[in-house]
Amino acid sequence: MVVYIVRRLIAAVLLLFVVTAITFLIFFGVPKLGGATPDDLASRYVGKTASGQQIHETAERLGFTDPLYEQYGRFIKGIFVGAEYDTGVNKDHCPAPCLGYSFITRNPVLPDLLDRLPVTLSLASGAAVLWVLGGVATGVVSALKRGSFFDRASMSVALAGVSLPIFFTGLLSLSIFSYALGWTPPGGTNPVEQDNPFDWAAALILPWITLALLYAAQYARLTRAGMLETMEEDFIRTARAKGLRERTVVVKHGLRSALTPILTIFGLDLGLLLGGAILTETTYSLPGIGQYAVLAITNQDLPKVLGVTLVGAFFIIMANLVVDLLYAVVDPRVRTA
Amino acid sequence: MRKTRVTAVAAGAALALALSACGSGGNDDGDGGSTSTPAFNAAVGHVYNPSDTKGGTLKMANDSDWDSLDGGDMYYGYAWNFSRLYLRSLVTFKSAPGKEANELVPDLAESLGESSSDAKTWTYKLRKGLKYEDGTPITSKDVKYAVARSLDKDILVNGPTYFSDFLDLQGYAGPYKDKDLTMANFKAVDTPDDQTIVFHLKKPFAGFDYLAMLPATAPVPPEKDTGTKYKEHVVASGPYMFKTNELGKSFTLVRNEYYDAKTDPDTGRKALPDEIDVDLNVNQADIDKRLLANDLDVAVSALGVTAETRAQVVNDPNLKQYADSSPQPRTWFTAMNADVAPFDNEHCRKAVMYAADKEGYLRAYGGKNGGEIATNMMPTMIPGFREIDLYEAKSKPNGDLDKAKDELKQCGKPDGFSTNISYRAERDAEKATAEALQQSLDKIGIKTELKPYPQSDYGKLYAGNVDYSKNNGLGLKIYGWGADWNDGFGFLSQIVDSRVIRPAGNTNFGVKDPKIDQMLDDALSELDESKRNKIWGDIDEQLMKDAYYLPGVWASTLFYRPERLTNVFISDAYNTYDYTTLGVQK
Amino acid sequence: MSSQQEDYLESPEPRPEPVEGETFLEVRDLKVHFPTDDGIVKSVDGLSFQLERGKTLGIVGESGSGKSVTSLSIMGLHKQGTAHLSGEILLNGRNLVGASREEVRQLRGKNMAMIFQDPLSAMHPYYTVGHQIIEAYRIHHDVSKAVARKHAIDMLDRVGIPNPKGRVDDYPHQFSGGMRQRAMIAMALSCDPELLIADEPTTALDVTVQAQILDLIRDLQQEFNSAVIIITHDLGVVAELADDILVMYAGRCIEYGTADEIFREPQHPYTWGLLGSMPRLDRERSDRLLPIKGTPPSLINVPPGCPFHPRCSFSHLNGGASETEVPELRDVGSGHKVACHLSADDRLRVWTTEIKPKL
Repeated sequence: MVVYIVRRLIAAVLLLFVVTAITFLIFFGVPKLGGATPDDLASRYVGKTASGQQIHETAERLGFTDPLYEQYGRFIKGIFVGAEYDTGVNKDHCPAPCLGYSFITRNPVLPDLLDRLPVTLSLASGAAVLWVLGGVATGVVSALKRGSFFDRASMSVALAGVSLPIFFTGLLSLSIFSYALGWTPPGGTNPVEQDNPFDWAAALILPWITLALLYAAQYARLTRAGMLETMEEDFIRTARAKGLRERTVVVKHGLRSALTPILTIFGLDLGLLLGGAILTETTYSLPGIGQYAVLAITNQDLPKVLGVTLVGAFFIIMANLVVDLLYAVVDPRVRTA
Repeated sequence: MRKTRVTAVAAGAALALALSACGSGGNDDGDGGSTSTPAFNAAVGHVYNPSDTKGGTLKMANDSDWDSLDGGDMYYGYAWNFSRLYLRSLVTFKSAPGKEANELVPDLAESLGESSSDAKTWTYKLRKGLKYEDGTPITSKDVKYAVARSLDKDILVNGPTYFSDFLDLQGYAGPYKDKDLTMANFKAVDTPDDQTIVFHLKKPFAGFDYLAMLPATAPVPPEKDTGTKYKEHVVASGPYMFKTNELGKSFTLVRNEYYDAKTDPDTGRKALPDEIDVDLNVNQADIDKRLLANDLDVAVSALGVTAETRAQVVNDPNLKQYADSSPQPRTWFTAMNADVAPFDNEHCRKAVMYAADKEGYLRAYGGKNGGEIATNMMPTMIPGFREIDLYEAKSKPNGDLDKAKDELKQCGKPDGFSTNISYRAERDAEKATAEALQQSLDKIGIKTELKPYPQSDYGKLYAGNVDYSKNNGLGLKIYGWGADWNDGFGFLSQIVDSRVIRPAGNTNFGVKDPKIDQMLDDALSELDESKRNKIWGDIDEQLMKDAYYLPGVWASTLFYRPERLTNVFISDAYNTYDYTTLGVQK
Repeated sequence: MSSQQEDYLESPEPRPEPVEGETFLEVRDLKVHFPTDDGIVKSVDGLSFQLERGKTLGIVGESGSGKSVTSLSIMGLHKQGTAHLSGEILLNGRNLVGASREEVRQLRGKNMAMIFQDPLSAMHPYYTVGHQIIEAYRIHHDVSKAVARKHAIDMLDRVGIPNPKGRVDDYPHQFSGGMRQRAMIAMALSCDPELLIADEPTTALDVTVQAQILDLIRDLQQEFNSAVIIITHDLGVVAELADDILVMYAGRCIEYGTADEIFREPQHPYTWGLLGSMPRLDRERSDRLLPIKGTPPSLINVPPGCPFHPRCSFSHLNGGASETEVPELRDVGSGHKVACHLSADDRLRVWTTEIKPKL
């Protein structure tokens, strides 16, 4: 078991390296293929009044004129030992792991991301709780009462939940609950800065529900399908043959088994979400990693985009790892493999 | 989502600027009265809901982010407007409705600059009793330091470069490179005593007060300067100071106890609210909703409401009474590229000028609510403006096809020709313009293909790139331009001076007329204001004769003022609400 | 549910003394019909039999004959609302047909238990074998986990699993096929049920292991004095174990008798067919098996008259009765029952001259 974990960890680290290389190549190499010169790249980071000479100097200062592998080498070095950037007055130290330095805002990328992480974490975890509870419960009941009115109704609602775009439901919910009724605070309220948990939740309740609706639908369908399949298994019949109460049969024997594939998907969904719930954060103006990603792309701030991509990849890789490990915990048959 | 990015004025020729907007203005600004009855445009030319009541929290939101809160590193017009809340420069625009707003009045200085007879030396005397937010006194050396650091475009990238262009630097590159905090090598600026500051220019400049207006002259204590990090806590000289600043998220201003209103008799600042909260990167649709729900006071980036909200507001009298339409010093136009045949022949250009559907152009920008049909290039509020309608834009807003065909014959293309129209892909209005142009030009046989390009690279790689434009036959290039401040030079030079054309990154898409270049030089050295203003008008007329630019729309923006705002008026200097006078009703 | 608060090791639960000849399970005219969109599936259509404690009944038939459905009906394991049961199932005098589901649930595992064909799929993969046995025990006995665990280890030992203390915490997939089936038997017997139903208990196992399992079942039956029903399609299995054999076809019993009677003097053409298609070690390898021609009938549209008649080689001897009349189950001597239109003489003649020599 330990060997299994260690092996997976090593694989994860290697994968992260590969991701950094590919990401770096995409952001700094592909423009070159498109014919962009170092000056073109640098022109994004100078003011509007820069002369050609200044642009060229900037290109050199930022290292764009160096060959790609050198730039990448510096980047990797920064991850391990950090890097230093000139603030004019002194040197700004970008501590290890230095995921890059935004040439537009003149700040290291990672601290900003870490600063925004609590918001995204709050959003993701709260929504996750809602959608798992709601989705799974609905799926179980639908499966047990297959064909009933509840089943048909809940699957229709699920379809609607998946189909409605977030910015629609989001803005609509803000209009109704924040501005018309005043029950929730307005968009842009930073939940992490609230003084008490109640306010924190109030700032997140609408985004939670909007986001959860999207996933709950999927999970309800998955759980339903999983339950329907699992309840046909032989061991369910055995459990009943032993004289177990039906509730025990459904939950302990049925649901436990049906939830395993859902666990995998949940881990991946959560991992993706931690990389930034882009649409939700933008709709509600929540200062999380997703909003950061959007701003970085809109402003064409390459180091920021690179940093966000890496952080997102990190979460996904970690989520994969955790899910694999959890699977081994949940399903003993996997452990000996 | 446009940014009213205050556009850059390049280094090069000398500036001569009007000191007061007493030239012919195209706009009726009213005469600074006041009213408290909600009505459309109640804040245009008048103070709406006047008040002296202090207190409350002013809530602002920005759909994106400042370029920088550091006075030496900002270029957005709204940033300059807002900076006067926490910074004081040597002089500033007066906070008053109507034409008065274009007047410069002394802020830190006791009076406007004293010039030598050759206009190359300018002296200012600071008032007494000026203090920073921590009580330390402000001296002239701090102003010198502020100007010095703003010279370094490696560290402070965003601001304008006027000081580099005009000061007699003799190689001084700013304290970050020079490392001497006593600035002994910065000979272009003298501080004989703590109250006095003297600027030495390398060429005469009658309008130097405009440079003294820049936030770059707001004092910076050298020992507190942290370079690129200074924006995280800018030391306040104005009525407010930073309480919190979370980059990219939000910041809060509270009263600066050491600001003494008695040292600020001329600017018209009111400093009414106790606190100002600003949220950053807020969803724009959400901002509009919050404004209309009275949940937010100001949309600080001054873009105005979105097209959807505009349609809603304009059609609902209950909402329209809270709206103000402010003309902007901005013209949406289409450039014709003389590098691409047959636009090298002026008659072919004139054919386009006649044939274009001006009404269609206006419709693309929202119709009457987006502005008015432009007859010439300079916007109406620029001193020296006069209406020049050489192509019947007013009398035949859908174009004069006969005259157009006639011009085509004269340029040797009686059956028309083919070319391409470029525009910025993200801008719906430009796309609509391209389509309208395509249709109207088709009527006289000019076949066009539409070519969208990403706006961020429009100037560097595509329309503003000489070779690219030539090789790809970009004959018509859709664009827009706004002035840094309401002045002829500020508007025209970057788009009509042939000498600023460079291989890439252009804003002049192809005007090459030596006559115009000469007129520009004349205006800059013309010390007589009214003569100068007339020259701007003349340049505009020559431009129209040359037919390089097809003017489209003189833009105006619709702003919404929620009920609880007090002391609201549109500043003609910043073309949005003056942020230093706003208050909130309890 | 019993609620004896006693430590199992002190004294076993008191049981009624076994009485020879006392009928423990009686099934009377059991009919199990499933309404479907295509029609009513008559899986069991009038089945009757009896079983005493200490005795083993083998129910034999092809797939679709209704043998599994019968056992599921006894256990009450049909999904609610799917099956229509009529007739009587008397377990120790108590009629299970019409009893509430909760009543039947309380009997399951305690008074009657079942083991299934594939122990790998029939045991939950996520829980240890010990856990599943403990679960089975504790649902009917209010004891501590420690006590139940001791019992589980004990049961594993009784079914012949070596090192039971070590193996009680293993998962089903860690056992070999034979051991797994033993574990399932341990689980089924953990509450000392009076009736054990074994549905194809050896079909998924190797031949060598089969014998071990069958021996185990017999030994345990003697030890616990339980009534055992073995359901199988394999006559070889029932030859080992069963006292009586019931042959089912199309939801009905078509022959019933002692194992001796069925093997020595089978009287139904279908039984002849089963015997003929059974591979035997004492036959020469070159001799061919005799498969029964045709396929099992549809249970929605059961053939009229004798359900076996489309496949019977001798139905022509009955003058058309096979096509029109359903043969009744008749006693042909000392409890041996057959449902067939063939006259006793015909049957004897065909058996002695045609069938027996080939077997």
